[in-house]
Amino acid sequence: MSRKKLVIIGNGMAPGRVLDHLFETAPGHYDVTIFNAEPRVNYDRIMLSPVLSGEKSYEDIIIHDDAWYHRHGVTLHRGKRVNEIDRDNKRVIADDGTTATYDQLLIATGSSPFIIPVPGHDLPGVLAYRDIDDVEAMLAASKTGGRAVVIGGGLLGLEVAAGLKQQGMEVTVIHLAPTLMERQLDEPAGHLLKREIERRGIEVHVEANTKEILGTDHVESVKLEDGTEIEASLVCMAVGIRPNVQLAKDAGLEIERGIVVGDDMRTSDPDIFAVGECAQHRGQCYGLVAPLYAMAKVVAGQLGDDRDAHYSGSQVSTKLKVTGVDLFSAGDFQNGEGREEVVLRDAAKGIYKRLVLEENRVIGAVFYGDTADSAWFFQHIKDGTDVEDYRDTLIFGPAYANGGAVDPMAAVAALPGDAEICGCNGVCKSRIQETITSEGLTTLDDVRAHTKASASCGSCTGLVEQLLALTLGDAFDPNAKKPVCPCTDLGHDEVRRLIVAGELKTITDVMQQLEWKTSCGCAKCRPAINYYLVCAWPGEYRDDGQSRFINERVHANIQKDGTYSVVPRMWGGMTSPNELRAIADVADKYDIPTVKVTGGQRIDLLGVKKEDLREVWGDLNQAGLVSGHAYAKGLRTVKTCVGQEWCRFGTQDSTGLGIKLERFLWGAWSPHKIKLGVSGCPRNCAEATCKDIGVVCVDSGYEIHFAGAAGMHVKGTEKLCTLETEAEVIEYIGGLVQMYREQAWYLDRIYKWADKVGIEHIRETLEDPAQRKAYCDRFVYSQQFMQEDPWAQRVAGKDAHEFEPLTLNRQMEPAE
Amino acid sequence: MSGPETFWVEVCSLDDIPARGSRILKTEAGCIAVFRTASDEVYALDDRCPHMDGPLSQGIVHGHTVTCPLHSLVLDLKTGAACGPDEGQAITYPAKVLDGRVNLDLKKLRR
Repeated sequence: MSRKKLVIIGNGMAPGRVLDHLFETAPGHYDVTIFNAEPRVNYDRIMLSPVLSGEKSYEDIIIHDDAWYHRHGVTLHRGKRVNEIDRDNKRVIADDGTTATYDQLLIATGSSPFIIPVPGHDLPGVLAYRDIDDVEAMLAASKTGGRAVVIGGGLLGLEVAAGLKQQGMEVTVIHLAPTLMERQLDEPAGHLLKREIERRGIEVHVEANTKEILGTDHVESVKLEDGTEIEASLVCMAVGIRPNVQLAKDAGLEIERGIVVGDDMRTSDPDIFAVGECAQHRGQCYGLVAPLYAMAKVVAGQLGDDRDAHYSGSQVSTKLKVTGVDLFSAGDFQNGEGREEVVLRDAAKGIYKRLVLEENRVIGAVFYGDTADSAWFFQHIKDGTDVEDYRDTLIFGPAYANGGAVDPMAAVAALPGDAEICGCNGVCKSRIQETITSEGLTTLDDVRAHTKASASCGSCTGLVEQLLALTLGDAFDPNAKKPVCPCTDLGHDEVRRLIVAGELKTITDVMQQLEWKTSCGCAKCRPAINYYLVCAWPGEYRDDGQSRFINERVHANIQKDGTYSVVPRMWGGMTSPNELRAIADVADKYDIPTVKVTGGQRIDLLGVKKEDLREVWGDLNQAGLVSGHAYAKGLRTVKTCVGQEWCRFGTQDSTGLGIKLERFLWGAWSPHKIKLGVSGCPRNCAEATCKDIGVVCVDSGYEIHFAGAAGMHVKGTEKLCTLETEAEVIEYIGGLVQMYREQAWYLDRIYKWADKVGIEHIRETLEDPAQRKAYCDRFVYSQQFMQEDPWAQRVAGKDAHEFEPLTLNRQMEPAE
Repeated sequence: MSGPETFWVEVCSLDDIPARGSRILKTEAGCIAVFRTASDEVYALDDRCPHMDGPLSQGIVHGHTVTCPLHSLVLDLKTGAACGPDEGQAITYPAKVLDGRVNLDLKKLRR
């Protein structure tokens, strides 16, 4: 049997999904040819907002990469626009003359953003929000700052506004209606949303009509009907979309607003299908992903000879993809005769919930601030469930529906098997549970990989995790993605990424924007966040002492009896009679009971009373001694051997290099402590090959090692590279330390970080001179803010409250 | 053995204690840790962790709790009790802020 020819015009998400289904259910039936006017593969358009806000990159949102097309033998014509369908000869013709004949044709031309034809709409700087080119243009424009005006306060407009704000622009939203997202939200919810958007520093003008866009060779401002003029370096129109029907119209197919299709998704020509935003089904055109995917499934069924496959329309629900805004709406929520409403408001928490009922059935729902139960209510709308029996408690959700106790699992447990969990991909509860069981899945990523649930917009992630817990019981370990601590569900990598992407610059900001579950964190997350901010914003972020462990707060090591130990720095392990005399003097003067030589080649004064710390430091400072950071997650020591100056085997000046490295690296806060060793020959007397970073001098230069440890775990180092000069050694190590500082989880030593990201990855990154230099440059920049002796600062009066106890007046002392 | 019901003493101004931090009050009968939370409530506990006498004043303050610097026991500042699976009880002293000044009831110190 010769294969039939399927030609597809358009390469968006809907046809991509058609092919996914088709290759799964009817492999080998068709030779597929795709014409794509965009020069790209198929990517996830609903993820454009996270790309704009910096939370994802283009590579992250690709659905089908080149290999996929190759694997399935799909011919993809990129950048070729079809401008004629020749139905008589069953072929299509592209603008460059390429033709393809078809047995079956699928039109998936999508839609175009609607551009309001006001004067100035064609000025450079006026953009739509449709594809990755638009996003890239906006990202480029946002680099220079200035103000962006977003015309349209609907779903897309608000996502764009939030994204541009995250990129550091001033943003104004202009909206024609009196409330935001008026098609999806009622007035109270629209009001709460407006307040939240404004709280984020985005200006909102409602009931504002754009009159014209002003500018000579680039947009300069936007003028409203009422005369208001708003300066703008960028204008984004997000006022709606229009199905692309011209091609179908020219071919003589039946057209209304979109290309008219029947329940079998065929157009007026039975060999031609239409799918996605260009199609009109039972009078409806859809712009959300869930209906498009439902249509795609039917198209694939029909193409695969399942003549019964049919589409009967979709109930749609809406969620806004702006981090930290919880809103949900579905169905019809207008008031009317025979309709009743149930409303729950919690002003303090900013929660608003409204259900619209007709004949004891939920027909519409609007939630703001708490959308946890939205899947349950949406199911009610779709099923038309009679709620008479539990109408009184309906609004409190499934936990109360059967009079049962409040159990976070109750909501999801109460859902029927055919309840839709993932709206984007149309995955129901039973499908997820069955797949978990049959495939032995244990993690969220597994479920995403096998069912696509939660793999698109991610708003159902919580539900999917609950299903995992429900199905696996104790065998489900949600920590497979390790949260930083119980105050958050986010892992260290996510927190670090979001701090940078969202330009979060205070601990309060981080906790607010990333939705911390506790009011001020805990002893685990606060030090981690504090470090991540120190690292991300050198010179800008003000270190929060109260979020540091006591040792780093008072720059000494607390001992079991509440006294402290003091370790002055001895650069490269070198000292002098003068320094030793000063140490002996303070030991005498302050009755310091124990003086010990440490493993890092310096001297530890143990048993110092807290009140004496500043005086001890003052005396040590006088002799030129500074803090050795023996308490710090930062550079501890650089252990050296005597090297070529004295040793008969020494090949290089290991002591001198050690001193240079210590002077270069000291003071930099890092995820955990860093210990270095520099040995003058492969006999390795400085034990460099079990350090975080080690240098072993050889005749021809320097071997750089890293990722060793000699603590709870003993681990030899990995070799990074061999270098010829000291200058190269310093640049390489500066680059390595900065890479570690920017990437590692708080409290991971270098070896643990290397385990996670891969030794080879670190090696390759640092081998690239440009990347190495960039890392090292950032380290050098950061160091200018770090290298001040913390002891001298405190002797001069900093943080005095840490060192001075409160006392009572004599007469206040309690009597015997 | 009898005496006044309370013995309120003014120890410092609220601003002398960093938010989410503490100060040590030295008395002849031992040290008291005086805490200030993020929301400006003040609490006073004996500066000795019930676990192994760690100086609580040196811990990290979060919410209404402090984490002991020695072995990370978490204590409730309101009750002095150890949180979660741990057990232990630190001595607490009533504390309040009047006109920006921190007052402690030190009756328990008088024996």
